[in-house]
Amino acid sequence: MKPKVAFFDFAGCEGDQLQVANLEEELLTLLGQVKVVSFREVMKEHSDNYDIAFIEGSCTRLQDEDRLKQIRKNAKIVVAIGSCATIGGINCIRNYKDLDEVRKTVYGENAKLFDTYAARPIDAVIPVDAYVHGCPIDKDEFLQVVKSLLLGKKPDIPTYPVCVECKKNENVCAFERGQFCVGPVTRAGCNSCCVNEGTVCWGCRGLVDNPNENAQKEVLIKNGLTVDDAIGKFRLYFGWQERKR
Amino acid sequence: MKKPNINVEVHHVTRVEGHGNIYVNVKDGIIEKCEWNISEAPRFFEAMVAGRNWNELHHITSRICGICSIGHTLASLRATEAAMGIKISDQDLKLRKIALHAENLQSHILHLGFLVLPDLMGVGSVIPLASSNPEEVKTVLQLHRLANEMSNLLCGRTTHPQRLIPGGFSKIPSLKELKELKKKLQDSVPKLQAVAELFKSVAPKLPDFQRETEFIALTKPDEYALYDGDIASSDTGKAPASEYLAFTNEYIVPISTAKRAKHARESYMVGALARLNINFDRLSPLAKKTAGMFGLKPVCHNPFMNNIAQLVEVVHSVEDSIRLIDELEAAGLQSQPDYHQPEITVKAGHGVGAVEVPRGILFHDYTYNQKGVCTKANCVIPTNQNHGNIELDLKALLPQVLDKTEKEIELSLEMLVRAYDPCISCSTHCVRVHFV
Repeated sequence: MKPKVAFFDFAGCEGDQLQVANLEEELLTLLGQVKVVSFREVMKEHSDNYDIAFIEGSCTRLQDEDRLKQIRKNAKIVVAIGSCATIGGINCIRNYKDLDEVRKTVYGENAKLFDTYAARPIDAVIPVDAYVHGCPIDKDEFLQVVKSLLLGKKPDIPTYPVCVECKKNENVCAFERGQFCVGPVTRAGCNSCCVNEGTVCWGCRGLVDNPNENAQKEVLIKNGLTVDDAIGKFRLYFGWQERKR
Repeated sequence: MKKPNINVEVHHVTRVEGHGNIYVNVKDGIIEKCEWNISEAPRFFEAMVAGRNWNELHHITSRICGICSIGHTLASLRATEAAMGIKISDQDLKLRKIALHAENLQSHILHLGFLVLPDLMGVGSVIPLASSNPEEVKTVLQLHRLANEMSNLLCGRTTHPQRLIPGGFSKIPSLKELKELKKKLQDSVPKLQAVAELFKSVAPKLPDFQRETEFIALTKPDEYALYDGDIASSDTGKAPASEYLAFTNEYIVPISTAKRAKHARESYMVGALARLNINFDRLSPLAKKTAGMFGLKPVCHNPFMNNIAQLVEVVHSVEDSIRLIDELEAAGLQSQPDYHQPEITVKAGHGVGAVEVPRGILFHDYTYNQKGVCTKANCVIPTNQNHGNIELDLKALLPQVLDKTEKEIELSLEMLVRAYDPCISCSTHCVRVHFV
């Protein structure tokens, strides 16, 4: 029998589910292997009977924890997809601010009507079995993870930094171009896609398992940058991971 | 006949800027409640970008919406560029316009093919259509893939662009790549016609529903405005985009985490139909012809026709992209260094960027200090501008469908919300209708 899969979203942009929709013809192939029972981006039907749950977005409210726990109860395997779900991502920028002020900035005197707490990744609320990193996820990596899960294998996720891939791609180092890059401490697996496009690594795949902070500091000093420069860049995507450390 | 008691609770109809719910309560045939609210967890982007640097804002605000990430990036860049007086080249302007067309195509095709077509063909998703109508689904997928290839070429990605940066592009496509894209776009025209014919065959299923409202969109004298222009209202005329607050007048409804907007009336509509109603004359020739197939002309007050307006815009975006590439070819594409960083003098200032994105007019408004740190931000999202109009449409539609079956009422309400394309998933939800 085909495994039943479902997609869920919390606080996020749904760009990751869009990558799944972007599989196009491959999506149809995938549909031959699994039965999608819930996926709002493409279907109207919904069922709570599923084996694999893909979750996009961060948990940002106490009231959303119940929904997450219910998903955990229903699913055999929970997969976090995209930075907001895997590491908290962009949503965690606000964790460094006074959340009452944050609410007031957006909703003014009605701020009290809108519950919120520090944005967090899914594994801060429920156990997560597998991760598809990135903002947005790479559709090919998504397929790889799904294939591994269907074969009962642990998905192969790189434990080295983006620099490894970036060097292989023969990019000119961002620091040499006078730009700041968090590639030295960010988990690889994206094939240094942003640097390849002429920009820098922003850190969307999160800190690598054992980030070499001394090496990053050396790079900073060598390039005349300060710790403040680094903190600003680290807080773009690593907010939750940094606080936990 | 027994007067119906109906209790409709459509949970999570929408998402985009939120999970949306419809609450309807009818007692003895009298409507007691008809509400549209957004329960999505708020994300507080305006607060998040305060304190961040000018060269990060487009990266952060792109994450407001995965489907409109190119539009958000462009609105963000235009606000930053306006604040600091940064000019971009004519070539970059044309390339950005093609990038915006790519997003319009991708978003509209996904909406029309994956979400609207199943309704009109009487199924729950595109999945059964893949076996019942394989040729049509294949055509839709091919067009969708082409739109994504276009985004990749212009932005370096399909979602959350990388190449679009303040002052221009970090990397641009080669002339050869642009010519190949043009060829593909030209080859797609017969496919577009096939899709238009398919929609024409099922269009009679779109309800003939009318409710007069105000339409707001960008406008320009010499082109179908998408990338820039003045704000135009069908009720009150034009004003510069920097005066957007006088149009949007956002307000908060306690039951909803999404803000709403109103201008000359209780609500207004933005999106493809608003653009078409205001700028019809400036559509490309083939786009006008497509509108003619459906008898769609301004002013159309049927929100369900927003679907057809999107179809017309798909044709326009293809034709106009071909024209833009022709112009780039004629002018000769200027190359730029790898890892290009345009020269920018950082300064204090305030700027507004207004861009037409798939679901309507989008505003980003930033204030920067001398160091180029953002001190204040405001983003007005198209879907939020439509919420008030959706609710009033639901209220007007409901009495017209009360005599229908449970399933038909459910479908009508869903289709109305879907017509606004509040965001892709927004529309695909379980409406439970209970007849007491």
